Amino acid sequence: MYDVAIIGAGVIGTGIARELMRYQLKVIMLEKENDVADGTTKANSAIVHAGYDAPFGSNKARFNVEGNAMFDQVCKDLDVHFKQIGSLVLAFDEEDRPTLEELLENGKRLGVPGLEIIEADRIREIEPNVSHTAVAALWAPTAGIVGPWELAISYAENAMDNGAELRLNTEVTAIEKKENKFVLTTSTGDVEAKLVVNASGLHADDIYNMVAESEFTINPRRGEYFLLDNEVSDLVNTVVFQCPTKMGKGVLVSPTVDGNIIVGPNAEDVETKDEINTTAEGLAFVREKAKLTIEELPFHMTITNFSGLRAEPSTGDFIVEESKQVLGFVNVAGIKSPGLSSAPAIAVYVAETICVGILGADAKKNPAFNPKTRKKLRFEGLSDEKKEDLIRVEPSFARIICRCETITEGEIVDAIHRNAGARTINGVKRRCRPGAGRCQGGFCGPRVVEILARELKISPMEVELEGKDSHILVGETKGGAGE
Amino acid sequence: MKAYDLIVVGGGPAGLAAAVEARKDGVEDILVLERDRELGGILQQCIHNGFGLHVFKEELTGPEYAERFIDELKELGIEYRLDTMVLDINDERIIHAISKAEGFVTLEAKAIILAMGCRERTRGALAIPGYRPAGIFTAGTAQRYLNMEGYMVGKKVLILGSGDIGLIMARRMTLEGAKVLGCVELMPFSGGLTRNIVQCLNDYDIPLMLSHTVTDIQGKDRVQGVTVMKVDENRQPISGTEIQFDVDTLLLSVGLIPENELSKGAGVQLDMRTRGAIVNESMETSVPGIFACGNVLHVHDLVDWVTDESRRAGKFAAKFIKESEIIEETSIETVPGQGIGYIVPQRVRPSQVNQVLELFMRVRDIYVGQTIVVRVDGKEVQAKRRGHMAPGEMERVKVPVSLFDGPGVKKITIDVEDR
Repeated sequence: MYDVAIIGAGVIGTGIARELMRYQLKVIMLEKENDVADGTTKANSAIVHAGYDAPFGSNKARFNVEGNAMFDQVCKDLDVHFKQIGSLVLAFDEEDRPTLEELLENGKRLGVPGLEIIEADRIREIEPNVSHTAVAALWAPTAGIVGPWELAISYAENAMDNGAELRLNTEVTAIEKKENKFVLTTSTGDVEAKLVVNASGLHADDIYNMVAESEFTINPRRGEYFLLDNEVSDLVNTVVFQCPTKMGKGVLVSPTVDGNIIVGPNAEDVETKDEINTTAEGLAFVREKAKLTIEELPFHMTITNFSGLRAEPSTGDFIVEESKQVLGFVNVAGIKSPGLSSAPAIAVYVAETICVGILGADAKKNPAFNPKTRKKLRFEGLSDEKKEDLIRVEPSFARIICRCETITEGEIVDAIHRNAGARTINGVKRRCRPGAGRCQGGFCGPRVVEILARELKISPMEVELEGKDSHILVGETKGGAGE
Repeated sequence: MKAYDLIVVGGGPAGLAAAVEARKDGVEDILVLERDRELGGILQQCIHNGFGLHVFKEELTGPEYAERFIDELKELGIEYRLDTMVLDINDERIIHAISKAEGFVTLEAKAIILAMGCRERTRGALAIPGYRPAGIFTAGTAQRYLNMEGYMVGKKVLILGSGDIGLIMARRMTLEGAKVLGCVELMPFSGGLTRNIVQCLNDYDIPLMLSHTVTDIQGKDRVQGVTVMKVDENRQPISGTEIQFDVDTLLLSVGLIPENELSKGAGVQLDMRTRGAIVNESMETSVPGIFACGNVLHVHDLVDWVTDESRRAGKFAAKFIKESEIIEETSIETVPGQGIGYIVPQRVRPSQVNQVLELFMRVRDIYVGQTIVVRVDGKEVQAKRRGHMAPGEMERVKVPVSLFDGPGVKKITIDVEDR
């Protein structure tokens, strides 16, 4: 029997698992998909918000401000890309100035450091490419950018390094509350646990409904994005938002930690929880809206589009609590924006205050807990001398697989063999980026298939792009694959 | 640091021809760097025939065409390295490269020939809406899986774009037992060679749908369907024209882009039109001693022209190495006028042209019975009528040096005119 079963291995579930490992607990993460970080965590704006806009007293406000302050340490420990580049909220009309002032006041009340309203000349200094129609902006120096799936993958890895278990392709289909435990029926067998943490993102209401009549619903709200080539990485230096107006919330233009530019999202309520397609209308909307921030956005430099679904809670705020109906069942639900920014704080709160609070004396501190993941070696960016040294020790770092992003075989093999390692083409891409560059895997795809097959000891035909049924190859040619 | 007279970056058809030519012109110390596990480049996966009609006056497959040059390279004793990736090049012609065999190496060359080829445009670059399942391949990647690795990539296939690789793959997939339901082209004309339309589509009853595009991709895991719509003259989809294709695979043949990341790092100036280097008549880039040829310079239709161009690069690189002098001469600019997409070379030094200047260019549209007019500083010097011209086929125009070699000449302009 497990002490805690966590349903969902997104950034919330994996973060909670990692924080629980600071105690001597038996923890399992149950993930219905083929990889961790496969839902909302893999498709969002990748922003660490400063935290000035949620209402005072809300969970969002509290966890965002706390979470933001934790990012630096968490990302250092987990070797995750994080850059505190600051954010701007642009006002394009004097009429919008009061909105900036409201945000500033709210932010000050919430304890967001360093906020100020700046004028056009300072905006130009910080962002020479933004539209000259911007008259003022809210500057938030603590905002940042992060690799969202990187964070979740590293949380999962660190949790596993410290003894947590992860079961992929495991869908929870029923939950039974017994006297002192829960029995979870899953697609890979039953799991028993004293506590259940429901971190199932878009499906949190469905999961909760398995043990109670859920007091909340989660509605999917889609956002579509453009990702631009790193050749235009100097387009903006900070996260650039548009001031919310009567016309809506606007879209953001921001660098990513990998040197691309992200543009989006729109917001559209969709019918089902798997509509992660992009649409001509959605993309056109983003394109049009973004022009307000930068008139000549180089959309011809697009390398990919994607969409993600926000888990929009009917309550309007994050739900982070033990169910009052079912004791021992902890809902961590409706974690939409600023969910990523809040993740480190939510993880600590759920683990330490809620779970350890319930388990009481059963939860002893784990003196062996190691907060750090093993360093990920990245060939690109090393000095010439370091490159030479690395190759001498490990020649697989001399074989470049992805030429767009200069990713070596050594990095890919390591990404496969780590805890919570890559099993799929996209899994490899999210861990060390082959295929994330401008050729989008055209050259390296066949090589990555070959490496995955070799390292996992499976046939190339069993290598999946992403989910369980997303095979890339359908058979051999008449001539056959041979050796 | 090891020093060479000439380093050729890329061991495909361009790099091979350039290296061989330079050796024949007396350059002893040559090194070819190839990132793949064998020489020959993309030719090795082009197992169809149709190569070599101009250069060898016979029809060869891609690997056969490559083999002729590989054999010659080996006979001439030219040094080459496989599985070797060039990481960067600088304007002092210092190269960093890595390989499993030799690790991280620094090399120096008196001259460098850039011959890295091109890459394919992707779905992302087109912003095709829909899901992002498995089963979407660029045609060249699919070709590699089939012809090099021995795997099939799908059973029911639609092809977007009528570039040559897409056309070739329509036939190849059909011969392997797949059903190819159609080839969809945004433009009102094909981007491929006429002979490929006939031999790869028509002969297999695969419809070519001009002025159509893919507007949606369905399927969460693997492609389950693709929606195609007719487009208007502004290339915008016309509502109500949706056609649904029940396919598991979408191949993209929507253009090739010269791969010039290394060139940029070396400070080589690029032409926005070709997305390759700006070169002069000697195939020399804006950085003295760095030359470029083949698909890294501009995307060719036939490998035969790559060979011609690369021999020229090899020859002039040899000359540069031997004479090691920088010729101070004002260049004449070549200007693509009406109906012309681009011209290579972009600069010409008349003193370096041996009697006749050969210009490579692409037209922007289908032209029947129109005239290519050459003007020197606005004055017409040559006009030749052409039966049929298409963007998918490269045009070559020969201009005798006597027509433009004069004091103060600034521009050679080429237009397509209806006369």
